[in-house]
Amino acid sequence: MLIIECPFCGSRDEREFDYGGLAKPPRGRIAEVASDREWLDYLLIAEEQGEIAEEYWWHVRGCGEWIKIRRNTLTHDIESPEGASRS
Amino acid sequence: MDRYSFWTLARNAVSGHRKLRPAWRRHQPKSKYDVLIVGAGGHGLATAYYLASRFGGRNIAVLERGWVGGGNVARNTVTVRSNYLRDESIPFFARSVRMFGELSRELNYNLMHSRRTMIDIVQTSPKLRELKRRMKIMDMHGSSYEEISVSEVRRRIPALTGAREGSRLPIIAGMVHKDAAVNRHDAVAWAYARAADSLGVEIHQNTEVTSLVVDSSGRISGVETKFGTISARKVALAVSGHTFMLARTAGLGLPLRTFNLTAFVSEPIKPVVDVVVNCPDLGCYFSQTARGELIIGGHPDPGLSYRRDIKQNVFEGTVSGLLELFPSFGRLKLLRQWGGHLDIAPDGSPIIDRTSVGGLFVTAGWWGGYKAIPAGGLCLAKLIATGEHHRLASSFTLARFDRLDYIMEAGTTTVV
Repeated sequence: MLIIECPFCGSRDEREFDYGGLAKPPRGRIAEVASDREWLDYLLIAEEQGEIAEEYWWHVRGCGEWIKIRRNTLTHDIESPEGASRS
Repeated sequence: MDRYSFWTLARNAVSGHRKLRPAWRRHQPKSKYDVLIVGAGGHGLATAYYLASRFGGRNIAVLERGWVGGGNVARNTVTVRSNYLRDESIPFFARSVRMFGELSRELNYNLMHSRRTMIDIVQTSPKLRELKRRMKIMDMHGSSYEEISVSEVRRRIPALTGAREGSRLPIIAGMVHKDAAVNRHDAVAWAYARAADSLGVEIHQNTEVTSLVVDSSGRISGVETKFGTISARKVALAVSGHTFMLARTAGLGLPLRTFNLTAFVSEPIKPVVDVVVNCPDLGCYFSQTARGELIIGGHPDPGLSYRRDIKQNVFEGTVSGLLELFPSFGRLKLLRQWGGHLDIAPDGSPIIDRTSVGGLFVTAGWWGGYKAIPAGGLCLAKLIATGEHHRLASSFTLARFDRLDYIMEAGTTTVV
């Protein structure tokens, strides 16, 4: 089970969170400059596999904060919990 | 190939089984083959067998990192069914289920195939509505699905004593899928390996493919292994959760993400349930094996994962759902747990296609791919041999993602 560091609630158990998907660059900028191929790759290809995935978790059964973590996909060790960007 | 029959069984019993020959041979890898298949799992072996048996393929080798039947073909819940949602999926899976029924005879190997019927225990009206929608579409494609009453559900599954009237989620109906079956996973892998071997296919275990080799024209020319480079003009990847990483070595990006799906098994008990039980609203499913163990599965772990075990929260989530419906199972001890790597496409549907690297084929995106082994192998074999898609798999292409033209099966694949 993952123990995720929430900036407000401290170390909390994975069951309080929902998985929020891979943390990719904001799509607005990419959509403006990308070719069709680049846009499809942005949507479909997940390069992070087999090593470290940067991903969002939503503290939905806690304070509601969105948290970005870097997680090893083999061991599931969380590398450096990055405090939530409060956007 | 020695034909297996009652007489060979009796004869070998008399001679103390000392004269039994290995089911498939060992070879030194050659430096060149016509077709290389990476992965001696269900799909890889079935592809090799159908290439040799239906399309006259010769000079074929299957390369396996571990051993035959040691990957995802041994890491599933052996449920064979065709209750899918889309026009593209149902005929494919219905064919696969029918092929499984004939496979013991065709491969001369007892797969312990047992047509069991699957019953969905429905506890919410949105789920019932969705399953009824599937029923109508399946009806058009000759697959069977029908609704039964709550009392009929309880009559057919006597161990179902939870979720009564007044509880948190009372049962409101059941759905019956008569075509569903279970069989023995090892036997499926071994039977295909033995039958392919008898047609001249070479199976190389302990032969990991570390990377793909692409020539200067951008075409596949072979694979790298610990025995050096093995050349082939056609290479097919059947490596489930490792498809993305292996395709990357040829500079290819595939729309696949690798997840971890798990199952676990109870101690063996006397017969308690004779159907495959699926509980879509609580996220668990189980059946009882021929040995008497309950084999239980649940949701995949969210997020990318290359683990091969079960996480505590996934396990607890599955068990707590199961005990809500079957409180008496709380007394069971559990024996084993395992996980497999699934490479999932954005729509949850499979990919059986050639790739942008000439000569490189891929069968991937199998979420519950066990049931698809016969049809998946047949369709990929046809594509490799003739260059044309089998009509059952002509929609399962990579090109659909270029149009974002999804065959949405996410949601009908495992626990639903």
